[in-house]
Amino acid sequence: MDVETPVASSAPTTATPGAASYRVAVIGNPNTGKTTLFNALTGLSQHTGNYPGVTVESALGEFRQNGVRFLAVDLPGVYSLAPRAPDEMVAVSVLLGSGDGAVTPDVVLCVVDATNLDRNLYLATQIMDIGLPCVIALTMLDLAEKRGMDIDIAALEKRVGVRVVPVQAAKRRGINQLRQTLCDMLGAAVSPPRPVVFPEAFTQEAQSLARQLTQAHPTARFPHFLVERLLIDTGGMVEQDLTRQHGAHVRASVHAARQRLADSAVQLPQMEVNSRYTWIAQVVADARHSSSGLSRGRTDWSELIDSLVTHKVWGLVIFLAVMSVTFQSIFSWALPLMDSIDTIFSALGSWVGSTLPEGPLQSLLVDGLIGGVGAVVVFVPQIALLFGLIAILEDSGYMARAAFLMDRVMAGFGLSGRSFIPLLSSFACAIPGIMAARTIDNQRDRLATILIAPLMSCSARLPVYVLLISAFIPAQTVWGIFGLQGLTLFCMYCLGLLVAPPIAWILKRTLLSGEAVPFLMELPPFKLPAWRVVLFRMYDRSMAFLRRAGSIILATTILVWALSYYPNQDLVSDEFETRRATATEAELALLESEVAGVRLRESYLGQAGRAIEPFVQPLGWDWKIGIATLASFPAREVIIAALGTIYNLGAGQDEESVELRQAMRVERWSDGRPVYTPVVAISIMVFFALCCQCGATLATIKRETNSWGYPLLTFVYMTSLAYLGALAVYQIGSRTIG
Amino acid sequence: MKTLADLGPEEQGCIHSVTGTDGIAQRLAELGFTSGQTVQVIRFAPLGDPMQIRIRGFSLALRRHEAKRVRLAEQNKNEE
Repeated sequence: MDVETPVASSAPTTATPGAASYRVAVIGNPNTGKTTLFNALTGLSQHTGNYPGVTVESALGEFRQNGVRFLAVDLPGVYSLAPRAPDEMVAVSVLLGSGDGAVTPDVVLCVVDATNLDRNLYLATQIMDIGLPCVIALTMLDLAEKRGMDIDIAALEKRVGVRVVPVQAAKRRGINQLRQTLCDMLGAAVSPPRPVVFPEAFTQEAQSLARQLTQAHPTARFPHFLVERLLIDTGGMVEQDLTRQHGAHVRASVHAARQRLADSAVQLPQMEVNSRYTWIAQVVADARHSSSGLSRGRTDWSELIDSLVTHKVWGLVIFLAVMSVTFQSIFSWALPLMDSIDTIFSALGSWVGSTLPEGPLQSLLVDGLIGGVGAVVVFVPQIALLFGLIAILEDSGYMARAAFLMDRVMAGFGLSGRSFIPLLSSFACAIPGIMAARTIDNQRDRLATILIAPLMSCSARLPVYVLLISAFIPAQTVWGIFGLQGLTLFCMYCLGLLVAPPIAWILKRTLLSGEAVPFLMELPPFKLPAWRVVLFRMYDRSMAFLRRAGSIILATTILVWALSYYPNQDLVSDEFETRRATATEAELALLESEVAGVRLRESYLGQAGRAIEPFVQPLGWDWKIGIATLASFPAREVIIAALGTIYNLGAGQDEESVELRQAMRVERWSDGRPVYTPVVAISIMVFFALCCQCGATLATIKRETNSWGYPLLTFVYMTSLAYLGALAVYQIGSRTIG
Repeated sequence: MKTLADLGPEEQGCIHSVTGTDGIAQRLAELGFTSGQTVQVIRFAPLGDPMQIRIRGFSLALRRHEAKRVRLAEQNKNEE
């Protein structure tokens, strides 16, 4: 796509003629302010895309200093470069330049949180072991001072052996100096020292293992860092990857080497951790002086909030309140904007309609293009708002507490609190939810989360619910306080939530069975969310949604339009032409819709619809519903426009359209019974709630799992579930309520 | 031997070792669960699991199942 071309084109020095371009990889622990720093460095040039050699998307951006152009990649937040999760493997691949067409970064920017020097320096020492030029950006110095820690930056720099630049990204302090330091590193281009020394026995085993591997596979590259990881991480991703690539003898050699080390009293993996933390303890002793020690005298407000939001009673009350405010606001706050977008597209449609002569071109533009695009753009306010709210919850630190509260519940069906955030995001759209599942370190948990994420009621299902509920569910009050319509909507949202746990449970016991998964999650201090992070997330996700709207949904809309417009036989018109000549004004309108009805029935779409009618009749559907549903498999929100086309109202219909509701209400079977009853409406809604009618979701699952099997499985299980669900609703409902 | 999972809210202990050589043991060690470190339980989640603990100045959530991997030095007995 557009973002890939400038990045993936070629070697750094020839990326743009005239200006040299260097690559900076930004890496650090989660919750270090890394994203805020990345934003401050790259500004508005930031976008999501693929870094060369890496299949998953990362944030990319550019900046200039002294005429030097830098291309920066924001690597996932990791605690260690011992890769056990896909996120960590991405970081290692980028730093080693090991993917196809990949180049190693020219300089690595390691973000270190001053309040957590020990744990952050752990990652820093691993990065220095790789041997790329490296700079440390020290964040959260103000917070460290508040906690009574005094950090001597000169001493830290001297002990660690790389440049340390203090930054306050939110206030834009230290950014220029950081850029300048990155520039300075390019001229020198020296490897940082390797301060942490491993036992001699280990170093020798690693060297001999590297020799063995190079002899067996002369064309392959085995950087010393990778070989060390292979040796240290028992059952880690490096061991798995290299064994898969080069054969089982890799595992055999590694096991033999580990055995020899165990015999000489070198314990893996503890050897690495002990060596690093021993060194870190010495550095920290020199560079950090605490006035009040680690036992902080005064309570800070973050801990007060923490004790409230994780409280046995108040914690759960606040959790429910936060969730309901989030969902209320995306429905009520987004409405005015959605209405004005709608008005603009309707006005555009009628203007084009009145300007162009009647015919295929007018129909294509008004019904196909403007109607189709409008039906999608209308969701942008909701998407932007939901992502804004999720970004606020994440950046403030609340999301981690929500996962803490929910972990026990998620554990009940074999997942962890980490799955909570991806699943919650899926209520806006399954695509970012599936992408958010990358933060789950266990592969089986991650896959289970990805497979159930599309069951969450995404925002594209909302218009289907709104249309059918407002047209066919009576506006009664139940138990004095609940509106029946609102209650139905609530039930539709709960349906996915109720179905997902058993599916996850089954998956974790069959396809994805294995040993229990650890749940280790940092609970960062509470802070005010950085508005740049929030705004960028809103912008980025809305644009991603619009790109999708501009491609797949638009293409589908035009296809549906074409299939319902053609073959557009003349014989239909001929027959009616004579009757039209003698018709009165009132008869003329009736005649027009009759013509349109006949035309639709004879169109390709109509022919296909009648072919599938036997399959959809048990669900209580006629062929028109069947065909509208079939047309919305690439993207479920297409059904509104498809129904608009089918009922001759033009595709520019939305879920608020009075004409569309009216047209559906008067729709009759040949024996005069109404097609749409409340039971049929619920049958359709249940189908849409459970079905995977989203090409983009399937494409995302393919990309994230790197396999066709998982998207296929998702499609098959969800479609079967949807059909059975709708069948049960209609067969039971029509016999009991009628 | 006493483990981290045996501590109550507000109680603290000194780490003896982490059992195992698998990914969980490695991750715990990388996060700073090394012998001699002090670890303090802050609270348990409303549903009883996971637990929130403090180590090396940061706050971490983990389940009792993983906390059982963290063995504590005996010195804590004297305090009780």
